[in-house]
Amino acid sequence: MAEIKTEEMVLNMGPHHPSTHGVLRFILKTDGEIVHECLPDVGYLHRSIEKIGELMTFQGFVPYTDRVDYVASMNSNLAYCTAVEKLAGIEVPRRAEFLRILVCELNRISSHLIAVGALAMDVGAVTPFPYALRERERINDLLEEVCGARLTYNYIWIGGVSFDATPGWLDKILHFVETFENIIPEFNRLISGNKIFVERLRDVAIVPREMAIDYSLSGPNLRASGVDWDLRRDEPYSIYPELEFDVPLGHGECGTVGDSYDRFIVRVREMEQSCRILRQCIAKFPHDQPDFRAKVKTVKPPPGEVFVRTEAPRGEQGYYLISDGTAKASRVRIRTGSFTAMAIIEEIAVGCMIADVIAIIASLDVVAPEIDR
Amino acid sequence: MTPEEIHSLLAETFPDDVLAWDPSAKDPFVVIRPDGTPGVMRFLKEDPRTAFDFLDNLSGVDLGERLCVVYHLFSFAHRHRFVVKVEARRDDPRVPTAALIWRGARWFEREAYDLIGIQFVGHPDLRRIMLPDDWEGHPLRKDYVYPTHYAGIDNRREYD
Amino acid sequence: MSLYRSMPDTVLTTTVDKLLNWSRLSSLWYLLFGLACCAIELMQTGGPRADLDRFGSVPRATPRQSDLIIIAGTITLKMATRIKLLYEQMPYPKYVISMGSCSNSGGLFSYAYSVLRGIDKMIPVDVYIPGCPPRPEALTESLLAIQEQIKKEKFLVR
Repeated sequence: MAEIKTEEMVLNMGPHHPSTHGVLRFILKTDGEIVHECLPDVGYLHRSIEKIGELMTFQGFVPYTDRVDYVASMNSNLAYCTAVEKLAGIEVPRRAEFLRILVCELNRISSHLIAVGALAMDVGAVTPFPYALRERERINDLLEEVCGARLTYNYIWIGGVSFDATPGWLDKILHFVETFENIIPEFNRLISGNKIFVERLRDVAIVPREMAIDYSLSGPNLRASGVDWDLRRDEPYSIYPELEFDVPLGHGECGTVGDSYDRFIVRVREMEQSCRILRQCIAKFPHDQPDFRAKVKTVKPPPGEVFVRTEAPRGEQGYYLISDGTAKASRVRIRTGSFTAMAIIEEIAVGCMIADVIAIIASLDVVAPEIDR
Repeated sequence: MTPEEIHSLLAETFPDDVLAWDPSAKDPFVVIRPDGTPGVMRFLKEDPRTAFDFLDNLSGVDLGERLCVVYHLFSFAHRHRFVVKVEARRDDPRVPTAALIWRGARWFEREAYDLIGIQFVGHPDLRRIMLPDDWEGHPLRKDYVYPTHYAGIDNRREYD
Repeated sequence: MSLYRSMPDTVLTTTVDKLLNWSRLSSLWYLLFGLACCAIELMQTGGPRADLDRFGSVPRATPRQSDLIIIAGTITLKMATRIKLLYEQMPYPKYVISMGSCSNSGGLFSYAYSVLRGIDKMIPVDVYIPGCPPRPEALTESLLAIQEQIKKEKFLVR
């Protein structure tokens, strides 16, 4: 049998593709189905948010932070407002802190729902995605009641929150948590133990612990590789010191530590822990303190700089602010978790099949606006 | 280790490279000479007393007369943080790369090159990342003028 | 006695235009083209509560099989040339919905250097939906507006 002449094929997974993670482009060099090189090309959603930070006042920039990660926009708001409050020395009332953590944890649940639903859909299981969207609609209703918007909330302002909780809102959240804690086992029965799903994700793109730290991964991706680090527990901010919760780690239960299945199951377990945090917040809510926003006229921090990190659902979101004493920032630098997760794809996708590349992108849970800002 | 102890360790190991030290800032930082960057960074990563294995953030800043690169470092072993700044001249901004020390720095430095224009000497693949390859200028500089046309598309509206 | 009254109930009379238009508007297949935040609202509109499938609209992955493109999200200058290519690949008759402030006119990202201020600089738009992001009910109403537009089209008059 004569030697078959083979050639490397260059395949363009263009910016428009039927995956749900936004406009990302990959240039794959493949030999048949095996990928030899995978070059990500980003920047198709570069909306120059960092430059706009120098044109807007500090309070006027808050709607733009919503759009940095639109699936979990309360967490981005919180990160920016915490940074400005640390820079300007503004004290936030206790009721506002509880309201902030309530909405942030609700948003963490809805962000992880999109992550696991989109991962299931990219791998081929179409059913979990509408299940996840149905639960997300209920969270959208809760958040719409308190701030009026469904997606980009602009709720957490510098010094507190913009509106108080409506009467009965806390009972609705408790009712949601009680029903949601029964939906997670249903979801697990549907997809997490499914043999085909596990076979698609086990031992695919293993990220060992040293590589994860060297590439500056953060959030659930880092915890899936076995690094026990969660900013809410280890460098707590807001009222997290008073709350009790576990931090799920990847143990390699269906494969090796740090493979795609670990990254998936860490997110499902984090949803359970968020339910626990919500229950504690509702139990400890300060009903007797009516202040939900500090009295701040114009935010004019003294000259200086600060770098504040918070735990967003996709990793650590850090805001590095430099102020020169005026009402506008001199430099706003946003460090997101998806940026470094995208950088590691170049190395871990080598040797996989083309279909695995889709599963890898979905398991790392990247969204395009966090990469491009 | 506290930032003061790390600074004194750096000052005795690299006496020529440490230029300034600001302990009064909310995150105390040290300014080092551009040429000494590879040595200092490798020491900070590999010395067991500091062990900064995690590059948390790398930003480019336009300070007016100079361009600056700010490194935020973190150590998982000791759980301490540190800030290092490297300043370069505005007309010839060249800083040695940290991409060979932390692999996560590759994309951070590409972004700093793309948006501020700092050349990282020794970077394996320094090209634009956010903006199209044929874009002119570095947008995050303070003297940047927005373009009105790109690739034949007129981007002005009635209120311009 | 008119021809209409002498026919049994199982026979419908209509014009060819109305028949063609009715069959086209009842199965408008849209191109899955979500760019930014409005894409999440587009997904929610296709989701369980506000369902686009009941209008006959299913999402397609390729422009060759779709007759409606919903531009949902901010268009950067880097992406604009690709959108033009996608629009040209769609076969006639084709319709464009511009969803959200960013694709109507640049939206709150008009202050950016890398954002195209409105998709109507590149392709002709039929329906504009305001909002940031628009509610699923607004998107459903815009689909009905496109259907109203299709009802008035005449094909066989040359």
